[in-house]
Amino acid sequence: MTELAIRVQGLSKLYRIGERQRYKSLREIIMRTLAAPFRAGERHPPETIWALDDVSFEVMRGEVLGVIGRNGAGKSTLLKILSRITEPTRGRVEVYGRVGSLLEVGTGFHPELTGRENIYLNGAILGMKRAEIERKFDEIVAFAEVERFLDTPVKHFSTGMYLRLAFAVAAHLEPEILLVDEVLAVGDASFQKKCLGKMEQVGQEGRTVVFVSHSMSAVTRLCGRGLLLDAGRVMLDGLADQVAATYMRSDLGTTAARRWDDASKAPGDESVRLRAVRIRTREGTVTDVVDIDDPVAVEMEYDVLRPGEVLVPNLHFFNEEGTCVFVLHDSDPVWRRRGRPVGRYISKAWIPGNLLAEGTLVVGAAVSKHNPLVIHFFERDAVAFQVVDNSATVSARGDYAGFMPGLVRPLVPWETDFAPIGDPRGVAPEERGR
Amino acid sequence: MNSAEPLPLVVIEPTRRAAALRLGELWAYRELLYVLVWRDVKVRYKQTALGAAWAILQPLMTAAVFTIFFGRLAGIASDGLPYPLFSYTGLLVWTFFSQGLSQSSNSVVGSAQLITKVYFPRLVIPIAAVLSGLVDLAVALPVLAAMMWYYGIWPGVAVLAMPFLALLALVAATGVGLWLSALNVEYRDVRYVVPFLVQLWLFVTPVIYPANILAPRLQRLGLPAWLWGVNPMAGVVEGFRWAVLDAPTSPGPLIAASTVTGLALLLSGAWYFRRVERSFADVV
Repeated sequence: MTELAIRVQGLSKLYRIGERQRYKSLREIIMRTLAAPFRAGERHPPETIWALDDVSFEVMRGEVLGVIGRNGAGKSTLLKILSRITEPTRGRVEVYGRVGSLLEVGTGFHPELTGRENIYLNGAILGMKRAEIERKFDEIVAFAEVERFLDTPVKHFSTGMYLRLAFAVAAHLEPEILLVDEVLAVGDASFQKKCLGKMEQVGQEGRTVVFVSHSMSAVTRLCGRGLLLDAGRVMLDGLADQVAATYMRSDLGTTAARRWDDASKAPGDESVRLRAVRIRTREGTVTDVVDIDDPVAVEMEYDVLRPGEVLVPNLHFFNEEGTCVFVLHDSDPVWRRRGRPVGRYISKAWIPGNLLAEGTLVVGAAVSKHNPLVIHFFERDAVAFQVVDNSATVSARGDYAGFMPGLVRPLVPWETDFAPIGDPRGVAPEERGR
Repeated sequence: MNSAEPLPLVVIEPTRRAAALRLGELWAYRELLYVLVWRDVKVRYKQTALGAAWAILQPLMTAAVFTIFFGRLAGIASDGLPYPLFSYTGLLVWTFFSQGLSQSSNSVVGSAQLITKVYFPRLVIPIAAVLSGLVDLAVALPVLAAMMWYYGIWPGVAVLAMPFLALLALVAATGVGLWLSALNVEYRDVRYVVPFLVQLWLFVTPVIYPANILAPRLQRLGLPAWLWGVNPMAGVVEGFRWAVLDAPTSPGPLIAASTVTGLALLLSGAWYFRRVERSFADVV
């Protein structure tokens, strides 16, 4: 079957920087109009960014396409245009067939309404006909495993139940073309497994799927073809395995390991050369996804080329916003203040579980000499990995499923003193003595 | 999947000219419209302690206050009808209009979550907000019937015009709602303007007083009495009382003028909404 499902030609989208979430007030407009004659010539054109820049590709019917790329590469913008949420600035898309877009689970869910009511509401919002929802109702309920709570307002649902119900409705959407964005990035491991299984099934049914993800394992498992975007352009279009592999090897983003085979091109100078940086689990495997309660090692491999130098390897951890979360200087007493012989070194720093906040962490690797300060190299975006916090693990998140701010997420001991009302012990300890 | 069946083709391109109204698409999404109305009604009645009683209490209490201050103390004329009945009838349809207008003007901004995640004709949102008010209107109607029975006033043949007048109120509320909801996305000032607008609008609409108070003044200025109908609610409220209470008025020309402005508001509102809706997801 080589029928066309989607044809994208020269698609471009221009965003004014800060345009999102920017609305004007009348006062601003009036003030600007009044002030305009007085500052002729000093007009600053708004800064713009091409979120998509001349993107072209075709998707055949029944093809499962994985779109990958680092944050800001244009993946979400592409999906938003394909699902007609936002308009392109230039270019043209032809879509053959009914499109279902799954940009998040539970869109439009209302906390006051019951599970049953939300199935109908969410189904209608996703574009299902009432008859269609009625036909699949039992299936949806069974998939979500919420039979007993169907008539309970969803605000009383646990996070797991809520997500299961939301995904169940979406999973029973049967369009010819399904657009999916990162929905698998929520919920606990068993839920993610269930979602992946359902996605796999959708792909096997011969439907066209465009799937955006950060998870290379999900992309290689689900997709036949991969599309790598960077800075709004198509960098690579090919077999999913190959595209994912290229992405992991390149310096385009989330990579768990990097190595420099050619020593002359590796970061460093005549004293030290960086050869590799890796993220490892406790078991020693290289990984780009770490559970929040598991310790993780960042290791750097480097060659010392000049003997007798007192060197300090150090690692710099940045979050998605580019904020430095912390810096680690090698404090291993064996090598502290000691000149190093020539040779290959592997320095490993263990980050304990339940310290990092969930999200992407980008690690910069450096070797420097102090007193006087010499930075032999500093590879700012050496590797990156994702910390996931889900309800299956013990973490500071507890049972809360919403957005949690913070640079770190330590798990600390909590204590609670309790005394029933009227009990003399029910006073705070420092008040007791008075 | 049968590959022989032709699949619908959708072309996504930047809009060059002012977009067409695409009413066919709106019709295709009628089930979503229905579900959103149903959600609004359900949630409104679930969240409040008194539930549906609010739909009755609001116009009833206002009518009571109006009766005391305008009917009794100020002695405002009421077309020879009992003032409580006169003001409740007017308030009934006025409340439907003002609620619809307020709800719909906030509806698009309030649905940012939906707009940035799913595609559907955005017109559905403000229209659903206005339509959900119909349920309140239906709930408050039996009270009107009870009051009419109490005062021994029976409607004449004109009562057949009632659905048309309710529709006209719907058209006017939707028209204004479309303008305000679209403007609200760009200019958040709208939310402060709305309560103020509703308040002023009430005073230029014959809710508290009958239309015939103003007619002689217009005539003295050499203007026709129907000119007041440019306020679509003037025709609706005056007409509603004439239809339901068999008031001794002849609001025909007023209703005609109001129909014209109501439709003009609706069409221009839909046109403006369509013109700016493409940037909703980027701005909201």
